[in-house]
Order: sequence, then C-alpha cells, then structure tokens
Amino acid sequence: MSALPTPAPARTKTPRLAAIVSVTAAIALPLGLFCVILFATPLLQPALLDGFIRERLHRDPATWYWRDGVYTVALLVLAFVFANFAAIFSGILSWWERRVAGRIQSRIGPNRAGVGGFLVWIADAVKLILKEDLVPAEADQMLFRAAPYFVMVGFILTFVVLPFGESIAVSDMNVGLFFITSITALVVVGILLSGWSSNSKWALFGGMRSAAQVVSYEIPAGLAIMVPVLMAGTLSMQGIIRAQGGLPWQWFIFRNPAAFALFFIFFTSQLAEANRTPFDLPEAESELVAGYLSEYSGFRFALFFLVEWGNLWTMSAIAVTIFLGGWQIPFVPNELYAQLKGTGFPPLAWWGLEAASMLVFAAKTMVLVNVVVWLRWTLPRIRVDQMMSLCWKYLVPVSFACFLFTLLWQIAVAAVPALETAMGVGLTAVSVVLAVLFARQTHRNITAIGDRVDLSNW
Amino acid sequence: MTPLQVYFPLALVVIVSAILAFLLVGLTNLLGPRRPSAVKSGVFECGSDPVGDAHGGFGVKFYVVALLFIVFDIEAVFIYPWAVLLKELGWVGFADMALFAFTLVIGLIYVWKKGALDWE
Repeated sequence: MSALPTPAPARTKTPRLAAIVSVTAAIALPLGLFCVILFATPLLQPALLDGFIRERLHRDPATWYWRDGVYTVALLVLAFVFANFAAIFSGILSWWERRVAGRIQSRIGPNRAGVGGFLVWIADAVKLILKEDLVPAEADQMLFRAAPYFVMVGFILTFVVLPFGESIAVSDMNVGLFFITSITALVVVGILLSGWSSNSKWALFGGMRSAAQVVSYEIPAGLAIMVPVLMAGTLSMQGIIRAQGGLPWQWFIFRNPAAFALFFIFFTSQLAEANRTPFDLPEAESELVAGYLSEYSGFRFALFFLVEWGNLWTMSAIAVTIFLGGWQIPFVPNELYAQLKGTGFPPLAWWGLEAASMLVFAAKTMVLVNVVVWLRWTLPRIRVDQMMSLCWKYLVPVSFACFLFTLLWQIAVAAVPALETAMGVGLTAVSVVLAVLFARQTHRNITAIGDRVDLSNW
Repeated sequence: MTPLQVYFPLALVVIVSAILAFLLVGLTNLLGPRRPSAVKSGVFECGSDPVGDAHGGFGVKFYVVALLFIVFDIEAVFIYPWAVLLKELGWVGFADMALFAFTLVIGLIYVWKKGALDWE
C-alpha cells in the first residue's frame, strides 16, 4: 500500500461567538462538574450535615424532627448532580468518539458546531428534542413507552455506589459490588421490553440477541468480580480500593496472576454487556437495521444512547475500582485522610487530597474509556455463534479455573505474605515490557506501509 | 448508619432519574411535531409492508441460554457471601467451595457434551 497523504482538514471559519461558547463550555463543563461532585458529595453526607444542623441551625440533630427532611433534600440534590454528570459525560464522549473515529478513518469528523465541532452533542440533543415521538400503532403502547425508563434508572442507579474519590461516593454500601451486578440487570429488562413491545422483527431479533449476550457474559464477569472480593474480603467498593495501594504493584491486577487474566476477561465481558464493538450484534446496523432501537425516535431513542455512552464511564470505573487501585495516590496511606479530616469542617489540605484522589481516579478511568473507543474503531464485529462460544467455551471455564487458583493463592499468601509483593513487582515489570513491545510493533507496522505516526492535525 | 441512611439514596435516585427521563421525553412531546399518518405508525420492514406478526416465535436456543444463565448466576450469588468470609473460614471453607465448584464444572461439561453451547 502506498503512502496515503492525509488530507488537510478543511478549515471552516468558526464564528467568534460560537468559538467563545464552545471553548468556554469545553473548559467549564468538566471543571464545573468536577468541583460540584468534589464539594457536594462530602458536604451532603449525614456526618457533615449533622454538624451544620448543630452549629448553624442550633438544633440537636439526634432529636430534631426535620433532620430526615434535610437528609432527603441533600440526597435529592446529590442524585440530580450525578444524573447530570452521567448525561453530560455521555454527551461529551459522543463528540469525542466521533472525533477519534474520524481521525482513525482518515477523515475529519464533526467540525461545524463550535471549535472542533465541540457543540455537536448539544446540537444533537436539541435536534432529538424537536423530533416527533413516534409509537408504532402495532406496538404494545405501555411497554414501548416504559422501556427507556428501565434502561435509564438501571444505569443511573450504579452511580449510587460508584466511587469518585476517597470519601466521594453517594453511599458506600457494604454490598456495593453485588448491588452493581444486580442493578445492571434492569438495563437488560429495558432492552428486552423494547425489543418485544415494538412488534417489529428487527427489534425482536435485536432484543433477544442482546438479552442472550448480556446474560451470558454476566457469568464470566460475575466470576471475575469474585476474585477482588476474595482478595479484599469485602464487597464494599471503597473497602476494595482501601485494600489496594497507590503503586502499580499494590493493585489487585498485579498481585495475583489469576487476577491479571481475569482483568482481561472482565473487560471483555463488560464490552459485551455494554453492547460495544466487537460485540455490537444487538444493533448490528448492516443486518438488523438498528436492532431493538428500530422503532424508537426522538428523546426515547436518545435515552438509550445516553445510557450506551454513559456505560463506558461506569464499566471503566468498576474495572479501575476492583483491579487498578481506584483513587489510591502513591505514597499516601489510607490513615492520612482520616488524620487530616479531624472533626468538624474539614481543612483545606483534606479537600486538596480529595481532589487529587478524584483526579487519579478520573485519569485511570479515562484511559480505559479511550481503550474502549479505540477498540470500537479497529475491531470488526464477530458472529453470533462466535460470540456465544467465546463466552461459554472459553471465558467461563477459564474464569472458573482462575477462581479456583485464587483460592489456593490466597491460602499460600496467608502463609507467605512476601509472595504477593514479589508477584506484584514481577507482573508490573512484565506488563511494562509488554506495553513497550506493543508500542514498538505498532510503530513498525505503521512505518512499514510508508505512513508516518501523526498525532497532530486535529 | 441506620438502614435508612444506607439504602434510602436508592429510592431517591430511582425517583430523580425517572423524573428526569420523563421530563426529557415530555419535552419532545411538547416541542416536537405531531403529524400522524398510517405509514409513519407502521412498523419498519425495509420499506415493504410488514409480513405477518413479529411475535410468531423464535429460536429455542434463547431459552437454553436463559436456563443456563439462571443456574450459573444463582451459583454466583451463593459464592459472594462465602467469598467475603474466606479468610475466616480457612481450609474448611475452601474444601466446601471446591466441592461446590467441582459439581458445577461437571454440569458445564455435561451441557457442553449435550451440544447446548453450540450455536448454528
């Protein structure tokens, strides 16, 4: 293949106002969300609310009649903040993914609305709101209308236990991880409902395929989740992160060879559960029109897509939590947070540490999100029979074996604690070497066809 | 922490997310056009008139997958509480779980040999 000259992107003249709006939005929206989550989450927890009631309202929180009312209002605000985070994140990600796709396929991608086309996701939302909300006459009216709500509620509920930082989580339930695996089942219910109620053949095929795919991949994912639980001895998301450390060899993924394998199994299963390429059979455009979405229009359709992109954050955040050390900052012990916080209103140093932990978590999650985007535009879709046999004949037996290995490993580690550290350092070194080799081979493949690695030209 | 404080957020998040979705869909209904026609309200079948009913029936394979899922997912539900307590249970717990997992693996092999995992 000869060298293809990359076409210079057409420089469209962006109006000044649109440029200012898009740059401001691109900076202010993520930063604003970050700050709101950072400050609102700890402040609206019962511990600090009690202090507020005591000092500002001069009431005893233990006996005050309206205390539960204050808690409820605080939680409503928090729920609203996290629902907005999910919506805005998936919006911005839809723009980012289209830009990356354009770059990977040597085309430009959205570039009209604002600088770099940044405002395109807002334009999409406005357009979808202004569309007609169609319900087929043949459809089961009630189920058809109800399906998007199941998907939306099941998706936003995961944010209740999803950690963002050391004490930044709506509720640190002691069954956190179990809660997440059970609540994501609501999304399947929504997909199945939409497929069945549309009374369209494409929708039905898409819905059935999707249900079969999601429930099948639930098994290896469930077994993979079990291993961090075994290693941490708790189901709480924050508890699992606290059992790890900030440095790579203190992460669960490197501390146990079975966990290393299971990380990849878990990631693959999550790709399948989120219906992402190479597992996007339920909405395979070339065969099933749009799968279970065929009959949807307007904002009912948009809700499904909001969930699909928002799922990238939740799946990556869960993988970061249970395998990649979560929000742990290197060389910062867990006790430091409690020491700095003290009693009463937390000092500035504690807020700084919280912000840093949030940054670490967000950075790790965004790396994984970008891997998913990258996979989508480089891998072809697999066939249904390949999808089923990959799950039941490879992933399930291998994850069973890894699970049983971990049992023995935990007993060995209990006898010889140094084993875990040695394995951590060893596997970290191996992974770094593999990553460097992979990057070198990719570079060679690109240069071998006469192209050059070009990351500019956005 | 009372159970109310731990699980109450769930109820509120359900309400808030459902209301948000309802408002957005309501906005579409409010602002979007409403010009119904027989063609628009028919189901999509690549432009031709729909043939037969979509709820005719579909591959029995899907039922098998659903049954397998129930078996293995309930097994996972049993393992979770045990996994949290592994350190306290020690060797006895390990032996119990090894036996349980072994039984399941035999089940998986049986299903595999029967051809339930093949998908033509």
